[in-house]
Amino acid sequence: MDVFSDPLNREVYLTGFLWILKLTLAGGVGALVLGVLLAAMRVSPVPVLRAFGTAWVNIFRNTPLTLIIFFCYFGLFSTLGVSFSDDIDLNNFWLGVTGLSVYTAAFVCEAIRSGINTVPAGQAEAARAIGMTFRQTLTMIILPQAGRAVIAPLGSIIIALCKNATIVGTIGLMESSNAMKELINANGDAVVPIFLVFAGTFAIVLIPTGYAFGWLANRLAVKR
Amino acid sequence: MRITRLVAAVGAVAMALTVAACGGDDDAGGSGSGATGIVGKAESGKLVIGVKADQPGLGLQTGGTYAGFDVEIGKIIAKGLGVADSGIEWKTTVSANREPYIQQGQVDLVVATYTINDERKKVVNFGGPYYVAGQDLLVPTNSTITGPESLAGKKVCSVSGSTPAKRIQTDYKDAKLQQFDSYSKCVTALAGGQVDAVTTDDIILAGYAAQEQYAGKFKVVGKPFSEEPYGIGLKKDDTAGCNKINDILKAAAADGSYKKAWDDTLGKSGKPAPELDAAKLTNCS
Amino acid sequence: MTTDAVLYDHPGPRAKARNRILTVAFGVLLLALLYWIYRKFDEKGQWAGALWEPFTESSTWTDYILPGLWHTLEAAAVGAVLSLVFGVIFAVGRLSDHWWIRWPAGAVVEFFRAVPLLLMMFFIFFGVPYLTEEPMSIFWAVVIGLTLYNGSVLAEAFRAGVRAVPAGQSEAAYAIGMRKGQVMGHILIPQAARAMLPVIVSQLVVLVKDTALGYIISYNELLQLGVNNVAANFGNVVQAAIVAAVIYIIVNSILTAFAGWLSRRTRRSGKAPRATGRGVVMGATDPGMGGGGGATTTL
Repeated sequence: MDVFSDPLNREVYLTGFLWILKLTLAGGVGALVLGVLLAAMRVSPVPVLRAFGTAWVNIFRNTPLTLIIFFCYFGLFSTLGVSFSDDIDLNNFWLGVTGLSVYTAAFVCEAIRSGINTVPAGQAEAARAIGMTFRQTLTMIILPQAGRAVIAPLGSIIIALCKNATIVGTIGLMESSNAMKELINANGDAVVPIFLVFAGTFAIVLIPTGYAFGWLANRLAVKR
Repeated sequence: MRITRLVAAVGAVAMALTVAACGGDDDAGGSGSGATGIVGKAESGKLVIGVKADQPGLGLQTGGTYAGFDVEIGKIIAKGLGVADSGIEWKTTVSANREPYIQQGQVDLVVATYTINDERKKVVNFGGPYYVAGQDLLVPTNSTITGPESLAGKKVCSVSGSTPAKRIQTDYKDAKLQQFDSYSKCVTALAGGQVDAVTTDDIILAGYAAQEQYAGKFKVVGKPFSEEPYGIGLKKDDTAGCNKINDILKAAAADGSYKKAWDDTLGKSGKPAPELDAAKLTNCS
Repeated sequence: MTTDAVLYDHPGPRAKARNRILTVAFGVLLLALLYWIYRKFDEKGQWAGALWEPFTESSTWTDYILPGLWHTLEAAAVGAVLSLVFGVIFAVGRLSDHWWIRWPAGAVVEFFRAVPLLLMMFFIFFGVPYLTEEPMSIFWAVVIGLTLYNGSVLAEAFRAGVRAVPAGQSEAAYAIGMRKGQVMGHILIPQAARAMLPVIVSQLVVLVKDTALGYIISYNELLQLGVNNVAANFGNVVQAAIVAAVIYIIVNSILTAFAGWLSRRTRRSGKAPRATGRGVVMGATDPGMGGGGGATTTL
């Protein structure tokens, strides 16, 4: 582990994972907000909204994230002139967050929709029968139950998002995959330890996170 | 393009194995005259040459054919070995697979923006250099950038993890570095005005400047700040072939075919043909 | 399932009017956005004929895009078959009665699910040659990376599927004298596979998308040939990327539609173990990752 005794290399490693953490947090918030909006559109009575939600899901879910991130730089920034910051890294970071959010939102939307599907139709019918409005049915009957069913898939989406954050490296952010590439380039004799440290960091953080979400989902599961 | 230490090291391992396994006895399909290596291979009238496929002006695959300065150099070498153009099989190589391709015998020669350095010399043999490139800057025609010193505060683009990118980071800290995974993307960003300059070997930049769709838009600054001798890669143990390549290069410089290769390809960028320095052809081992 | 109709009543006159206003307002907003994007692209000259023209020539397709697509599908197909094999083996391993099989299998599956595929491929291509002392072919680096990741995800899907088979079935099988292997092979796996078919197919969509990462280690797939090489020739990287994206969307939509059809079919036939709300069942048995449908996506 000589590689990591050099403070410069340690810094490369730490900055790499700091970017991943920031991308995951910002992308996660963006994806959740967008995803809930999209899910609301997809179950709404307005056909245009439904069509929009469906189109979004089909387009973004079926395109490789690499291409979406690419479009964020060359479409959103380069052509449409949307700029977040004058600082190259910060601008690329927010472009990356945008890409991760629109991509992940498609999955969040589908998870929420299938969560809504787990609530037996009879419950919504009963709610309507006692005179509840659409909003009341949604907030008091459907969402509390759907929310619980959604925890497990949401957990896997967040974990996937964290791993996907490495792809933002393709527009030049020095996140963990680029950091690993850089360290390997400079220390060709230590490829294996470098990989184990980077992969190990992901594993150590994400495996317990996965179990935590599983435990939570189990605990909160609606027993039927 | 340059290599990374990593790739060289991977190559070294591969080489060690190849040598161990084959006992260094390498008859690359020679036709019985006793000659081995590429000289022997050439007697069969066929050669496999590895070139880049996505480097305008140097090695660019357009349809089924390859064109560029590297490709022309490949043709000159083949001709000198007695192989006609029709006997050449071109193969796409990328920076990462040049050493393995040579060692595994998938190609006989590699002419693919291949910088000669000590690390690579441990695993392959280098004919040449046929050109000495240097890191330079590609800027819009009306740019005020005159060299690496005037990069302070400017946005410079290069390929992530490459030697040019590294040099900007360490030697020109005031420049802001944008990295992509290919130079095409850097050049697109330059055309769109998102970056102020693209940096890598001058010859690669000249290739982009000479491209039709960018004609008149870009210029190469012309103040190289590193030295990258481009060589022709072949098997480590093929010393005879390596010397033969150097003889062919000398002859090509003398009879004008070297200059013609330049004028037909990168000369279109407006850069005058370089002189081939015969005194430097000393890399064979 | 018609969620929509369950959530709200048939709209009355007031709701209808409100919906109409929403439709118009949102429609106008959407059109305005699309027009703005169109104008901006126009300003930057991205609709210029010269940039799009290459895609009307057959040589662009036969030289770059189709070979690229072929390589993408080739890696995806080999990767898919190997992932399924890997998935079944490790699912059975994790369900084993012996701890010395169960634990290593679990560790392998958990590890490969947690490591980003980008890092994996990079390591397989550049790092593994140090261990094996043999150069790694790009194709196999891509395929092995795809297999380890997607195979691990599938292993979890199979395991959840096996657990979803009612316990009475294996009890009955043991009761009529079947051995462990027979119970697994004849009773549990076939039912689990059928129950998990939609999950499996949507994981294949993920696999197709993941091949796109191959271009980072310069595998000649759709992005490398269809975007990088086309752009090197014609200087139209944005246009080339749009064409590539459309191709991906078409290929994956076909696969997704196939998954939907399969899931409707298995549901109708009633042969699959029908756990109401697959999400809940899987969520309960599978720690974190194996959510319903495409939610398991990574990279």
